Amino acid sequence: MATITDAVESKPKRQVIERAVVRFCGDSGDGMQISGSQFTNTVALYGNDLATFPDYPAEIRAPAGTLPGVSGFQVQFSSSDVYTPGDAVDVLVAMNPAALKMNIKDLKKNGILIVNNDSFTDNDLRKAHQATNPLEDHSLDAYRVFPVQLERLTQAALEELGLDAKSMNRCKNFFALGMCYWLYNRPMDHTYRWLDDKFKSKPLLAEANKRAMKAGYSYCEATEAFQVSYEIPPAKLAPGVYRNLSGNQALAMGFVVAARQAGLQLFLGSYPITPASDILHELSGYKNFGVLTFQAEDEIAAITSAIGAAYSGALAITTTSGPGMALKTEAMGLAVAVELPIVICDIQRGGPSTGLPTKTEQADLLQAMFGRNSEAPIPILAASTPGDCFWIALEASRIALKYMVPVILLSDGYLANGAEPWRIPSLSEIPQIPVHFVTDPQGFLPYKRNPQTLARPWAIPGTPGLEHRIGGLEKQDVTGNVNYEPLNHEKMVRLRAAKVEAIGQDVPDVEPAGDAEGNLLIVGWGSTYGSITAAVKAQRAAGRRIGHVHLRYLNPLPRNLGQVMERYGKVLVPEMNMGQLSMILRAKYLVDVEGYNKIQGQPFKQAELEGKIEEVLSCGAVGAWKNGR
Amino acid sequence: MNATVPVLTKKDFQTDQEVRWCPGCGDYAILSAVQAVFPDLGIPREKFVVVSGIGCSSRFPYYMNTFGFHSIHGRAPAVATGIKVAHPELEVWVATGDGDSLSIGGNHTIHMLRRNVGIKVLMFNNRIYGLTKGQYSPTSEFGKKTKSTPFGSAARPFNPLALAIGAETTFVARSIDVMQQHLKETLKKAAAHKGAAYIEILQNCNIFNDGAWQYLTEKDSRSEHLVQLEHGKPLIFGKNRDKGIRLNGLDLEVVQLGNGVSEHDLLIHDEQYRNPAYAFLLAKMEEMPGFPTPVGVFRSWNDFPRYEDIMANQIKDVVTKRGAGDIDKLLRSGDTWEVR
Ligand SMILES: Cc1ncc(C[n+]2csc(CCOP(=O)(O)OP(=O)(O)O)c2C)c(N)n1
Ligand code: SF4
Ligand SMILES: [Mg+2]
Repeated sequence: MATITDAVESKPKRQVIERAVVRFCGDSGDGMQISGSQFTNTVALYGNDLATFPDYPAEIRAPAGTLPGVSGFQVQFSSSDVYTPGDAVDVLVAMNPAALKMNIKDLKKNGILIVNNDSFTDNDLRKAHQATNPLEDHSLDAYRVFPVQLERLTQAALEELGLDAKSMNRCKNFFALGMCYWLYNRPMDHTYRWLDDKFKSKPLLAEANKRAMKAGYSYCEATEAFQVSYEIPPAKLAPGVYRNLSGNQALAMGFVVAARQAGLQLFLGSYPITPASDILHELSGYKNFGVLTFQAEDEIAAITSAIGAAYSGALAITTTSGPGMALKTEAMGLAVAVELPIVICDIQRGGPSTGLPTKTEQADLLQAMFGRNSEAPIPILAASTPGDCFWIALEASRIALKYMVPVILLSDGYLANGAEPWRIPSLSEIPQIPVHFVTDPQGFLPYKRNPQTLARPWAIPGTPGLEHRIGGLEKQDVTGNVNYEPLNHEKMVRLRAAKVEAIGQDVPDVEPAGDAEGNLLIVGWGSTYGSITAAVKAQRAAGRRIGHVHLRYLNPLPRNLGQVMERYGKVLVPEMNMGQLSMILRAKYLVDVEGYNKIQGQPFKQAELEGKIEEVLSCGAVGAWKNGR
Repeated sequence: MNATVPVLTKKDFQTDQEVRWCPGCGDYAILSAVQAVFPDLGIPREKFVVVSGIGCSSRFPYYMNTFGFHSIHGRAPAVATGIKVAHPELEVWVATGDGDSLSIGGNHTIHMLRRNVGIKVLMFNNRIYGLTKGQYSPTSEFGKKTKSTPFGSAARPFNPLALAIGAETTFVARSIDVMQQHLKETLKKAAAHKGAAYIEILQNCNIFNDGAWQYLTEKDSRSEHLVQLEHGKPLIFGKNRDKGIRLNGLDLEVVQLGNGVSEHDLLIHDEQYRNPAYAFLLAKMEEMPGFPTPVGVFRSWNDFPRYEDIMANQIKDVVTKRGAGDIDKLLRSGDTWEVR
């Protein structure tokens, strides 16, 4: 595939290339997330496929110019398919020495480095623990370095506006953005509109940022700093209307739509926590859809209020991340016992404890599976891309309502904040979710089950003649009365398990992507989808026979998964944890799966996965795990 | 539709479940009072939801023939909030204990109260953990010897009503299990209140803390130790109704009536008094030597908006301003582009 670094010149000064990876990095006060998302929206509107990776520190503002304060935003965009934000970077924008130091290792050889050399004073270098100035010590010789006086040039462009120095300095990220627009031949009008809207009440700031951006653009044109600019034609995406969507936005919208399709009011009980808070923010803005958002006093109240809302007939959800998930544990058991439909969203982050609040991980799978006292099985679904978060919200809601169960939905920081172009479905593509409230007191018993789904009836307060009591004490089968008899208890434990197993009838059989049988099957789940897909494509193109199964349903697992694994010589399970899915697969299928585990708060790179695939396929007897079975 | 509510009786609120409290437990009397009051409220039975946490007291919903939810320890206010916010037309009552409400559930209690969710909380205060067989509770007196504090508890107790008043609860009252008539009247007043209500019911646990409230319930000592709060009436107590409470600066004092001191000099109870400091003063009075324990309504403000109404109105307002949510528009919001 052609990239900037190996592009063939098509026309002087403008080359057509297939894909590029751009990363903006700077201090967390430098507005890198804004530059990144503006750039992303502009290339999205142009029609490129893309994937983004915002990576920011846990501290809101670590001391300026220091290494812990570095914030970055990476986007890969292309005229063909994009599965990941990209391993290595073609263009790196670094606003200070700290950002340069933290990010330079990811820049491709001969890649473009735009640095703000106004912030390379001795003091800046000291804060970044740099003994020498990298702009002078030849450590950057492998790259095409473009030192730009971002601060001075921005100030010059804004001179007439009468802003103070600090406000002017704040606009330098738009100068850098303007340069990138020039470099990739992108129009600035989308960002103009965004600035007008964002600074509605402060038109002077809108004007300042516009001028800074224009100045960056003109700078490239006038100085001919870059000998070439690049052109990445629109991607051939499936026809339709698209928008750019992050995982958290998608989840929020998915639940609003699920509630509408079910004819229920949506209730969210939540307590703020990174990286889940944006779902609370988004849903709080959807009041015109009748959404009730309750910012509770803690995660326990968040889930128990949701249970109360579900009891009274709402589509009730709760959203959190690992530490909050831990607090919800006891209440999840209550939801299992009272058999009420709620969806519990865990947007995973690095742990244990407070861990890495802004970094991604997949290490809550076993907590989701087993993190409750006693036998308390809960169905689990996992989203695989930002856009998939929309569909998985609908599916989690459907299962909760159909089977009268709590459902755990796993996402993670990478999906939550990452974005991709999303084809907007028409309403007719979105299934209705049938819901039935019992109203007839004749023969009503709170735990009389639907023979097919094992769901108990949903009898909401306010319905005459259906007055009944539920609770966390063990209940008698059928009547729901408190009951401590040994055989009844065992029966109820088995029934609750059987109900979760019954969901298997709705879980589609897996069909591996790539080879339907072969030397290696990769089984993944969650946000590793993009990296695995890209790695498998590349390795298959290199002649290897590989299949890829990406699990959307983690409990119950697809019924044919065991048979599918039999069709391959080896099974590799890449996860951002110590091997949690591996453990489940080994326990359930007695398959000697091999784990590939990365626990760095960072997603897998395509190259890492390819390296692992090559390693696995080059050593050991293929099919060895089947021996002796 | 016929809007008249069918005539209900106490029997309509009794369930077929065997009541499992110890014989002689004060909870029976509370159950009986609630079952007697509910039919008179003019509310259809199916609108009642009784929510509880865990404890002897929290078994309450099983014995009430209404919708009922026996949840988990301490969390009843949060479960009830979810119910009430989703369905403000429901009549939601919480049954809880001193441990359930003030220990493990303290956080939910204060937040539910400060939000003024229209939920009535019946807090059964037996000053002990009953269900777990006799450990000291957050309302046990300092130095109390229990199974878990054989040498006396080292913790100062909560004053439940002072706490509720501190959270600016809009209705705060106290009654006693054995004062059936008073309890029923208090429950009726709570039911008439729109916002959050916190009612402390002094309850005897005859197994693990027998006689905890004896000085307030025994015939001989009762009148010396109890003062009834009645709106618009002076605070008078004593066997011969010869003692009163008078305001002295920012403090209260007990005065002997006669010798130039008349009822006109006494504090006249005003449950609608705006400054919560007044109700707080009443709540703290019993802690001072020589002062009686007040029962009745400490405070009742009915002009405060309820949380669930504010939430519902916000939705209405936004719908009026922006129009009812259109899913298609929602999906297409933000910048879009078309691929052909
Ligand atoms: C999470 C949890 N922790 C502890 C318990 C054990 N427990 C049950 S009831 C109770 C105390 C109840 O005391 P109180 O609320 O005063 O109720 P009472 O029994 O006195 O009516 C405790 C500690 C529990 N059920 N759940
Ligand atoms: S232990 Fe005490 S509170 Fe519990 S039922 Fe027995 S007497 Fe009542
Ligand atoms: Mg108690």
